[in-house]
Amino acid sequence: MNAVKDLILKMADDSLIIGHRSSEWTGLGPILEEDIAFSSMAQDKIGHALALYGILHEQFGELEADQLAFNRKESKFRCCHFAELPIGEYDFSLMRHFLFDHAEAIRYEMLSSSSFAPLAQLARKIKGEIKYHVLHANSWILRLGRGTEESRHRMQSSLNFCMPYALGIFEKNEAESDLITEGIFAGEEHLRILWEEQIWKQIDQAGLQFPNVPEKKVHMGGRSGRHTVHLHMLLEELSQVFRMEQGVEW
Amino acid sequence: MKTKSPIVDPRIIRLDLEKSASFNHLGDMEVWGTYEVFHQKKRGDQHIHAGVVHAPDPEMALVFAKEQYGRRLKCANLWVVKTSDIYSIGYENEDMFETVPEKIYREAGGYKLREKISQYKKSITSVNIKERETL
Repeated sequence: MNAVKDLILKMADDSLIIGHRSSEWTGLGPILEEDIAFSSMAQDKIGHALALYGILHEQFGELEADQLAFNRKESKFRCCHFAELPIGEYDFSLMRHFLFDHAEAIRYEMLSSSSFAPLAQLARKIKGEIKYHVLHANSWILRLGRGTEESRHRMQSSLNFCMPYALGIFEKNEAESDLITEGIFAGEEHLRILWEEQIWKQIDQAGLQFPNVPEKKVHMGGRSGRHTVHLHMLLEELSQVFRMEQGVEW
Repeated sequence: MKTKSPIVDPRIIRLDLEKSASFNHLGDMEVWGTYEVFHQKKRGDQHIHAGVVHAPDPEMALVFAKEQYGRRLKCANLWVVKTSDIYSIGYENEDMFETVPEKIYREAGGYKLREKISQYKKSITSVNIKERETL
């Protein structure tokens, strides 16, 4: 059962952290319509995190979502480094959104037939949201990749920068083989193969080059609680109000 | 994704997740045009004008319209139409719509049907009450 908990926790932490990062664009987006769309997707991510923490609480007796989100040591978080990075400029945030959300979409697609019912149910429930996130990301990558010389250049350098971090999404958990044999989740390696295939098509269509990343350059560690310096600051900010007066009813 | 429209239906189903092959190339410092958004609450309902989005092409207009106008209300479908493709009668000609008061018979309310209906309803209920009393 520990393997399922690990899986759910890392998914929840990824969603919470990337959702918080995306929300940092609220009010600063490049145009009003995009600002609203990006903020709305950020809310979706926080919602996914809430649902996943809820499963941990109900099925495994973990603490409630607020406690898990706001009152946990950094080293107990299982998010990947990719989610932790600051928002940077919009090209980076869009590229992260593109690479991360494709992986998420395939993960939930795989989980929709999971033998662990709560995950399968959640996967089916949020299918539409994720479909939109991927559509939004694809639309931008295509247009900016095939836009002006500057936009193409920015997308390509963001892609080159992101890829070693993006591959860290697929860092394996120790007991992953249990998940595979029990039909809960087909594994990170399988996910990565499907992901590379899927994003390759989009990247190619956008006129960008697929960067070649040596395995030793991949940013690992998040899944075992070793994080970038950015996570610490993010958590400080995220839990600031919560820590001011604990146990307050909202 | 693309559903085949009947030949008589001139609408274009733009949002193609798989291909999205046709789109306008974004230019430097480009100012985007506007698209009018029509929102349909459920299948079979009228599409009702919901507002406007700025977008570089119809696909992006749909992408933006989804979050702008489809996220709070229940939504089955959205249309977008380029604002410049809408034709309108100017407000300077608003007087054309004024009706002469004598022509009230052209308005549905002139039939006074409502009164007859309520009279009928009253008679029905009084009959029912009498029937019940006799039982």
